[in-house]
Amino acid sequence: MTDDADEEAETDGGQHVQAYTVRLELVDEPGELLNALQPISEHGANLLSIFHERGNVTPRGHIPVEVDIECPPDRFENIVQALRDAGINVIQAGAERYSEELTVILVGHLIDTDLSDSLTQFQTTSRAEVVDVSLSAPEGTEGVSSARLRLATEADRAEEVLETVRDIAEEKDIHVIEPQLAGGSA
Amino acid sequence: MKLAVLGAGAVGRSVAELAGQYGHEVVAIADSSSGVVDSSGIDVDAVLNRKEREGTVGDGSPDDVLVADYDVLVEATPTTLGDAQPGFGHVETALSRDRHAVLANKGPVAERYGELMALAEDSAGDVLFEAAVGGAIPILSTIDDFGAGQITAARGVLNGTANFILSRMAADGLDYEHVLAEAQDLGVAEADPSFDVDGTDAALKFVILSNVLSQGEREYTLDDATVEGIQNVPGNALDLAAEDNRTVRLIGEATPDGVHVAPKLVPQNGVLAVTGTRNIVQFETENAGELNISGRGAGGPETATAVLADVGRLPPL
Repeated sequence: MTDDADEEAETDGGQHVQAYTVRLELVDEPGELLNALQPISEHGANLLSIFHERGNVTPRGHIPVEVDIECPPDRFENIVQALRDAGINVIQAGAERYSEELTVILVGHLIDTDLSDSLTQFQTTSRAEVVDVSLSAPEGTEGVSSARLRLATEADRAEEVLETVRDIAEEKDIHVIEPQLAGGSA
Repeated sequence: MKLAVLGAGAVGRSVAELAGQYGHEVVAIADSSSGVVDSSGIDVDAVLNRKEREGTVGDGSPDDVLVADYDVLVEATPTTLGDAQPGFGHVETALSRDRHAVLANKGPVAERYGELMALAEDSAGDVLFEAAVGGAIPILSTIDDFGAGQITAARGVLNGTANFILSRMAADGLDYEHVLAEAQDLGVAEADPSFDVDGTDAALKFVILSNVLSQGEREYTLDDATVEGIQNVPGNALDLAAEDNRTVRLIGEATPDGVHVAPKLVPQNGVLAVTGTRNIVQFETENAGELNISGRGAGGPETATAVLADVGRLPPL
């Protein structure tokens, strides 16, 4: 995937560009593909190819799209972030697939402490995608409730993601039941 | 071997009852307020009947037992934190008299490991404490066989009470308070279950494992452990976990990073998700992957088997 270094391809940043593959899942609505491509061009990346798997729908009813782009490495993070900010589901970015999933359970006054804000903070601070949320609030909005979160992240970043979740939860006095990462998987 | 048994709770009583089966003789027994010594061997049934009827094991004092003519002192008094007394003092007396000491009491091994090892070094007697970690499960003897240097980490479930509560809550959708009351009725939880449910008991065992695994390079006490209990795990958290084929267990870890105990999410059918009062320890080994040992981690006869296995390992004095 890397450009041949001999080619000395330069952009206005004066840096080597690199090719990246970004896998997205788009909602099946008109204009979604254009929405997804805009942040890429706005952040100065070259669009190399688009593989739009129309008709091939994910279990969640989304359409997988594979986009090959070219940009200096330091811009790539910004592009992925811009895609996320635009509400686009980034499944894989660069060579690294979001291959690791971890599940945590939050316990506390989740609704009073603005659960959706907590989730946004997890995503923006920890470079993890909240894939799935399941909430149980038997005592209504004011009582202690529990939520199960499935987070997708890059390989070997689980511990880092957990640390961020722990910190954000602590500020809101939310208790985190973490997954046992080492061992016990068999 | 001639045994002096200190402590007449579930473990001490079972040691006295089963010693004969293992070819040993009980020459002294003490509880917290009384003692009995008979160098020709104690009538264990009579002493335990008396304990049941009158609340004392004999007319003598516990100190008589400490200075009796025994080969092995069995320390089975309740675990205490901090200075770990009076258990530590009992073991100190035995070692200073060049006798062996076998502990079921976690306090001295978790809180004053270095001092204890130094005392053993200066004594003709040895110190063994298999019964202090995981009841009947041969955990420390496995480490000994395998070589502490070959084991990089230990993790698992080492508190049967907490595990019983979590597995009951998960199986029947009941709340913590309800299951705790039931566990107390069944005798699985003590009247004061705080050490079990707040994680202290599990932490002490993982502290002991860390002390053994670090081979004197670093000494651990309870203060070095991060400990979180199960009191704040609501029933609906277990329901949510179950929907995802997971469950919650009070997992302890002894790794080079330290000692940690906390409720953790584990796969419902994974090895660490033992049910009821069962315990499990998983060793991470240098050359042989994961090694799991599981069994009954508490109870009088169960823990007594670990004490008596230790007695069998001791060399004649």
